[in-house]
Amino acid sequence: MIKAGVDIGSRTIKVVLHDGQRKIHSEVRENTFNTLEVCKSMLESLNYDSITATGYGRHLFADRYNATTISEIKAFAIGINSCYPNVRTILDIGGQDTKAITIDEKGNVKRFEMNDKCAAGTGRFLEIMAMALRYEIDEFGEKATHAKEAAKVNSMCTVFAESEVISQIANGANRENIARGIHESIVKRSIMLLNRVGIDGDIAFVGGVAKNSAMLSLLEKNLKRNIHVPDNPQIIGALGCAIV
Amino acid sequence: MTDYKEMWKGLGLDLETHDAVLDIVGKTYQDVFLSQNNRPKGMEYFDFVMSEIHGLRIKELLDAKQEGRKVIGTFCVFVPEEIVLAANAVCVGLCAGAELGFELAEQYVPRNTCSLIKSAFGFKLAKVCPYIESTDMIVGENTCDGKKKAYESYKDIVGNLYVMDIPQTKSQAGRNLLKAEFVKFAAAVEELTGNKLTVENLKKGIEIVNNKRNAILRLVKLRAHNPVPISGLDVLLANQVYFYDNPERFTASVNAICDELEQRIANKVGVFNEGTPRILISGCPMAIPNWKIPHIIETSGATIVSEEMCTGERGTQNLTNVNGNTIDELIDNIVDRYMKIDCAIFTPNQSRLDHIKEMAKKYKADGVINYSLQFCQPYSHESMTFGKELESEGIPVLNLETDYSQEDVGQLKTRIEAFIERIKK
Repeated sequence: MIKAGVDIGSRTIKVVLHDGQRKIHSEVRENTFNTLEVCKSMLESLNYDSITATGYGRHLFADRYNATTISEIKAFAIGINSCYPNVRTILDIGGQDTKAITIDEKGNVKRFEMNDKCAAGTGRFLEIMAMALRYEIDEFGEKATHAKEAAKVNSMCTVFAESEVISQIANGANRENIARGIHESIVKRSIMLLNRVGIDGDIAFVGGVAKNSAMLSLLEKNLKRNIHVPDNPQIIGALGCAIV
Repeated sequence: MTDYKEMWKGLGLDLETHDAVLDIVGKTYQDVFLSQNNRPKGMEYFDFVMSEIHGLRIKELLDAKQEGRKVIGTFCVFVPEEIVLAANAVCVGLCAGAELGFELAEQYVPRNTCSLIKSAFGFKLAKVCPYIESTDMIVGENTCDGKKKAYESYKDIVGNLYVMDIPQTKSQAGRNLLKAEFVKFAAAVEELTGNKLTVENLKKGIEIVNNKRNAILRLVKLRAHNPVPISGLDVLLANQVYFYDNPERFTASVNAICDELEQRIANKVGVFNEGTPRILISGCPMAIPNWKIPHIIETSGATIVSEEMCTGERGTQNLTNVNGNTIDELIDNIVDRYMKIDCAIFTPNQSRLDHIKEMAKKYKADGVINYSLQFCQPYSHESMTFGKELESEGIPVLNLETDYSQEDVGQLKTRIEAFIERIKK
């Protein structure tokens, strides 16, 4: 029995195939204005017996395909529980939202808090700041790690923070320090979100932003503990769909 | 379909905007209510009420005024309807549940004001509410900070505002304040209507309101059964119409629905399957036509089996004691009944938490959703404190904060779906 899981996010669509024992396929692709077209091209060459969708586009997808849906909260809970059975707290930072979830030993959701009304502290925020600093998104974390100190960015709003960063650079501020300041402000906000659900047991960090090494090291430093990051943190939601 | 254009024009409504409002409400009503399965036949009464929401009922108000009766508009369950009815006046709730005229409202109240208050301004300033325009007196009440300050500005735009002070504590001093305010209000109503309160007409007023309360309380009790015989949306609608419908007709119609539901229960007929997750929703009131959250809940695989809100048991529970030999005794009875309202403006407000727990048990709720409007400090705060306590007692809780816009439907649906996944057995 091969199960397919689809996580239709704001920026990327993730597809995973699971055969009951292990993940046998995964892909991440940029979403476009034609979500269903992208899904179709990602799925058409794949064989599967059933399919479950999550993410903000799940209902649109389920209407077209014969798919069941689960919330992305449950999807991440199940996905992480399959990778790290000891994890009880999940931080997911995606393209446009951030989630903190606590789960039990079976991967059942206990509590969750979301920030999905504002781009501050999300992947989009990092993308825009990287552009303003003229860094590639892949090197952004590394630059932040090199900085000896953090230059504070005061604005919470992504748009105004971008303006603030540009004017700081114009005034000769060090780009690496600003990069670090930006990462620190996201970490601070993420920890606030985690505290609202109550950090419990082992923590996992997932979502596209978990690929950023500076984010991980700053989180570990501030929380004073090790944090699990799966090999492919972006596909955990789709993985959960393929297992459920 | 009767043409009410002249009537609306006579009330000073902006006909074009008003038409647009009726169109949207009508379409929403179809999408949300008429799409439901297996509705009790008795709900046809409310379909009719909704089709005539600015028509027939308004005509009844204007006819009453022709006969010399007065129309008193209210914004809060603290207004003693018994006294209004005793003076042979008509009592209509004016709370609105739609985002309308907010740009106009924001010229009078800060942006960081809850949608409930903004819509009171919006509906008046946009000239789309025939109820507001039909009133001879509008009662504002000093409950929360938002309302207190808003009424200072509202009085200038309506011209007939009477402000009632409400206590903040359930103490003897608080009760004394409410009694004094009710006595003052009674005198104002006597002056407005030209009718003096008597023991007889007060008892009649109490009886009418008690009958209305008994009908709706009978209805909500029937939802303790599994499967539930009526949807949360339908009962919310009844709770909303409660505020402005003709009391006797409302009472009879709701009792007829109850008769029908009792049959359904005997035949184990429900509107949702027996295993459907049951939710108690608690918090800020949902004024008509605010159906956003119940619609999401009941199209996501769960059902609402009870409401702890002003448009629900908080507003309708407890009858007024009709026994008494003097006006003062009867007013005391009325004060006693209204002092039991456990709105979050009271501090402390333990009785509301106790009531939520009791209701969760009575209606066999699988979870509680605490609903607060954005910028509502009292209810947002109680969502936090009560939420923690309910969770510690093993009752799953979801706290939702929203406004009247349709912007956050996707975000709400994600949270509600995740909560339903959690409480599903």
